[in-house]
Amino acid sequence: MTRKDRIATLKAISRQKVLVLDGSWGVMIQKRGLDESDYRGDRFVDHEGQLKGNNDLLCLTRPDIISDLHDAYYAAGADISETNTFSATTIAQADYNLQDAVRDINLAGARLARQAADRWTAKEPNKPRFVAGSIGPLNKMLSMSSDVNDPGARLVTFEEVYQAYREQMIALNEGGVDLYLIETITDTLNCKAAIKAILDLEDEGFEPLPIWISGTITDRSGRTLSGQTVEAFWNSVKHARPFAIGLNCALGAELMRPHIAELARVADTLVSAYPNAGLPNAMGEYDEEPHQTGHELHEWAASGLVNILGGCCGTTPDHISHVARAVEGLKPRQIPDRPRAMRLAGLEPFELV
Amino acid sequence: MRPTFVNVGERTNVTGSAKFKKLIIEGDYTDALSVARQQVDAGASIIDVNMDEGLLDSQLAMTTFLNLIAAEPDIARVPLMIDSSKWDVIEAGLRCVQGKTIVNSISMKEGEDKFREQARACLRYGAAVVVMAFDEQGQADTASRKVEICTRAYRILTEEVGFPPEDIIFDPNIFAVATGIEDHDNYAVDFIEATREIKRTLPFARVSGGVSNVSFSFRGNEPVRRAIHGVFLYHAIAAGMDLGIVNAGDLPVYDDIPLELREAVEDVILNRPRRDPALSNTERLVDLAPKYKGGKSEVRGPDLAWRAGSVAERLSHALVHGLTDFIEADVEEARIAAERPLHVIEGPLMDGMNVVGDLFGAGKMFLPQVVKSARVMKQAVAWLMPFMEAEKAGKPREQAGRILMATVKGDVHDIGKNIVGVVLQCNNYEVIDLGVMVPAARILDEALAHNVDIIGLSGLITPSLDEMVYVAAEMERRGFKIPLLIGGATTSKTHTAVKIQPGYPSGSTTYVLDASRAVGVVSNLLSKTERDRFMAETRADYDKVRDQFARGQGTRARASLADARANGLQLDWTQYQPPQPSFTGTRTFKAYDLAELAEHIDWTPFFSSWELHGPYPDILQDEVVGEAARDLYRDARIMLDKIISEKWFEARAVVGFWPANALGDDVIVYTDESRTTELTRLHTLRQQMPKSQAQADGGRANMALSDFIAPVGAQPDWIGGFAVTAGHGESDIAERFKAAGDDYSAIMAAALADRLAEAFAEAMHRKARTELWGYAPNEDFDLKFMIGEHYQGIRPAAGYPAQPDHTEKAEIFRILDATEATGIALTESFAMTPPSSVSGLYFSHPESHYFGVGRIEKDQVEDYARRKGWDLPTAERWLAPILNYTPG
Repeated sequence: MTRKDRIATLKAISRQKVLVLDGSWGVMIQKRGLDESDYRGDRFVDHEGQLKGNNDLLCLTRPDIISDLHDAYYAAGADISETNTFSATTIAQADYNLQDAVRDINLAGARLARQAADRWTAKEPNKPRFVAGSIGPLNKMLSMSSDVNDPGARLVTFEEVYQAYREQMIALNEGGVDLYLIETITDTLNCKAAIKAILDLEDEGFEPLPIWISGTITDRSGRTLSGQTVEAFWNSVKHARPFAIGLNCALGAELMRPHIAELARVADTLVSAYPNAGLPNAMGEYDEEPHQTGHELHEWAASGLVNILGGCCGTTPDHISHVARAVEGLKPRQIPDRPRAMRLAGLEPFELV
Repeated sequence: MRPTFVNVGERTNVTGSAKFKKLIIEGDYTDALSVARQQVDAGASIIDVNMDEGLLDSQLAMTTFLNLIAAEPDIARVPLMIDSSKWDVIEAGLRCVQGKTIVNSISMKEGEDKFREQARACLRYGAAVVVMAFDEQGQADTASRKVEICTRAYRILTEEVGFPPEDIIFDPNIFAVATGIEDHDNYAVDFIEATREIKRTLPFARVSGGVSNVSFSFRGNEPVRRAIHGVFLYHAIAAGMDLGIVNAGDLPVYDDIPLELREAVEDVILNRPRRDPALSNTERLVDLAPKYKGGKSEVRGPDLAWRAGSVAERLSHALVHGLTDFIEADVEEARIAAERPLHVIEGPLMDGMNVVGDLFGAGKMFLPQVVKSARVMKQAVAWLMPFMEAEKAGKPREQAGRILMATVKGDVHDIGKNIVGVVLQCNNYEVIDLGVMVPAARILDEALAHNVDIIGLSGLITPSLDEMVYVAAEMERRGFKIPLLIGGATTSKTHTAVKIQPGYPSGSTTYVLDASRAVGVVSNLLSKTERDRFMAETRADYDKVRDQFARGQGTRARASLADARANGLQLDWTQYQPPQPSFTGTRTFKAYDLAELAEHIDWTPFFSSWELHGPYPDILQDEVVGEAARDLYRDARIMLDKIISEKWFEARAVVGFWPANALGDDVIVYTDESRTTELTRLHTLRQQMPKSQAQADGGRANMALSDFIAPVGAQPDWIGGFAVTAGHGESDIAERFKAAGDDYSAIMAAALADRLAEAFAEAMHRKARTELWGYAPNEDFDLKFMIGEHYQGIRPAAGYPAQPDHTEKAEIFRILDATEATGIALTESFAMTPPSSVSGLYFSHPESHYFGVGRIEKDQVEDYARRKGWDLPTAERWLAPILNYTPG
């Protein structure tokens, strides 16, 4: 099956069922109890500074673990698994002085996921598996000041963010992902730089891939870290004509629900959600049991709020397996037909009907 | 809020504001930010930022200013318009803004290729665009050139670039008129005509313009410039102009411009034939202009500042503030500007009501204000009706949902139901109100006939609870699935959960505490996305309530009737001689003086009926609701004066006294002082809650009303009875207001009738104490004292806590011959009609006081049934709300 066929299949399936995304990677990697030498492998034995904690690097140094995790999530019933490339941009990898490894991490991450997905599709042709190229937020934001004394200060420029994302996307595309997943968006302007990078790549002859955008509502205020409401966020990114729009991270299912409901109301495309396993306890661990997650997300799907469900921080293959069973056979959300209107946004939405 | 004419703030523009330019050049960005903030505060929906100035590094200034705005949430909440004639400045701006902006502007002045390229970039940055009517030949000045260029641009954008048409805004160039050059005379007309044509032929596209250009020739004469802007906008908006770059704090308005000036300006703007053969229109205006070069105050009075907004803003203001003075003129103006009269309702009027709904939801407006808003809305709709009827193609207005409301059979109270109805209508729900005393069968037939989405039941008296249980069961039997709402003074979440909901498992049943909750409940129940969740939550909640209730049933111990009687109130009748009334039998009072009753009004419950809670008169000074309360009180006093002077209502009363003695928990009423012939026997109920201490040890008695009457053989005693009404005429008045679309006054009239009836009951009671019974002839008159019930004797009513059995009214009415004497009738549920009526008994003993019977056990119900001559199920039905057990 060519990638074009796979994308067409993905779009067709998305009309028939609630798609399931995988769960967290961080907690699963943590459980392996890896040490510095696992992260370094042979290639980075002499690299300066600590590399432990740079999970994306494992795509190069412990590909066996990454393949295992893709397998575990596909086995749990996930239709889509994400590449292990959340922080694989030159800007984020600068913390480890690994800018030069970024292209290799993304290529390897995409290929590992691709191979796992293809294995599962071959084994279960009735349930094709897909790969989403994970494009995480940056540790530097375009809308937020880096200096409390100078609200206009910025650590990066739009052009730098654009370039960083562009390099990551080229490698992910070449490595064989089926779609781009811009996720855990804390600053919509960073996301807009990523969108522009994707759209510009198409002009340069790169195969167009569906775009999936997932923002993060940071707390009960119902706003992104950069201050937008859900509807303002949607108005600001809908020019990407994304395959899906959604929310992930920061909140557990219970607190995320009203914001997903709002997104479901305003977005005329697929809606995705992958909340954390509740809120972290005092030890920073997530306590929500797999069946609880399954139960909550079942209700979302049954209420027609979502098209894609999965898990973020603290979720495991067991959680995803419960989610997959909970939504099996349920109808996906119907995409609403919204009247045409000029819809703008500051931090809040504006509509001229 | 969805305005129909959008103000784009123009003050953060270095080409338009000398002050802003100075701040930017000097690098004073703090003050520059406050200019932006003022624009937002003054109502700009979007702010235009322009840094095109030769002395500036425009890219750097744009970047710096937009990055600073990003840190100011009260500015950044609105969308930005990035305004420059240089593409690199625009692109620098686009790279600083996370929201969806408008680019102002791109055009074909450098050819189609450049235009395509810039449009594509705007699309990739996610911005809407202003397209100027400008091509390789230059800026379009005639209407036909403007339309031709805009049409070409629209084709390229929508067909070649893939630009969403709703994100295209055309600026067909506003040029200065009255310049003295004849070629310029038609510029305003050209803009207006081009606007009309663009809106007609290019779907979803919008039209904008920089308004202040038009008056450029009158620099230095601000009042005349404002007049020119006002007249220009009036006509341009009517032609379809959607956005204008204006000084958001200083919007002029057509109606407030002095007629002489307005006509002269209008002649210029519309390029009319000259009126004076010797002077051109421009010359006439130039001659006239110095006369108006005064302060703003000459143009408009301070109270009418809101008249300076666009028609949509004025309608919104009128709705929010409940002002009807200008509503017909404003609606007419909106109607002329709209394509169809219906669009006025669906557009500016519903927008205004949405504002009202939001403010009410946010606790910033209060019920009386909302009901007044509804009055404005109804009058506006009434004005439009003939036009909508004339327009044969008129399809029915789209409603958010249809709700049937009724006060159930046997009950006549409808103030609360009417308020809920008005609030729902304010939120675009269609309400079918079946009125009062509506039998279950009719409610359900009408629900089917009108294909309603929700049924709402209301009732005030306790027997209505049973009727609601019956309606719910009938809904189940007849296969209904739609949600059922329960509201009214005696209803409760517990009763709804325990008694009503289980009878209607096929649908969702929800108790609605008050009018402010109604909209939330209804919108949840009708929302495709929220409905299932809401229903599931309600069910889960009611399951819990039922469980708690069931658990409470077991633990609520009652004393046996025998023990309760043994612990009845022991008054020492040997040391006390009950006072004898001045007459026995009945006395009727007709057309009682309403002015006297008005003095007795207890206003606190009046405010409560409008969901403004707090004691009068403190509530008038309340920080939160004080303003709403003062307005309401003022309106109430005005109506009260009319009620009195125009005799809207007739107050009638009957009072009676009879010899009486207690026999157990009954009171025997005798025909005469011989105390040999029973006129009737009144029945009372006794508290059965366990009282731990004996009365001798300071414990409390298990009370029954009969305890306040001397027992047979102890002393001669007397009892009184009364029925008063202030409600004759009430329903006619209310109907008249309703027919005129004035629910506010209808509800006000009913609420005042209720208060007058209560005041009448108080007045008659005072008359009884001081005069008719006469046991307290020297009692002071002090309203506060009276409401605090610091006087001797009580006047308990049947159906209330001291005697919860409504059926006792029948006997009181019979011995008073109350229906004949006062015209008050009893329904099958023993509600009094007219509803503004009060009846009860008088007790004179100094120890008599109000109490609540509370829940009673089966032994008392059996005993009571025997005394009343009922079978047990009948007793259990009438006493259902106070049973301490579940009848078998």
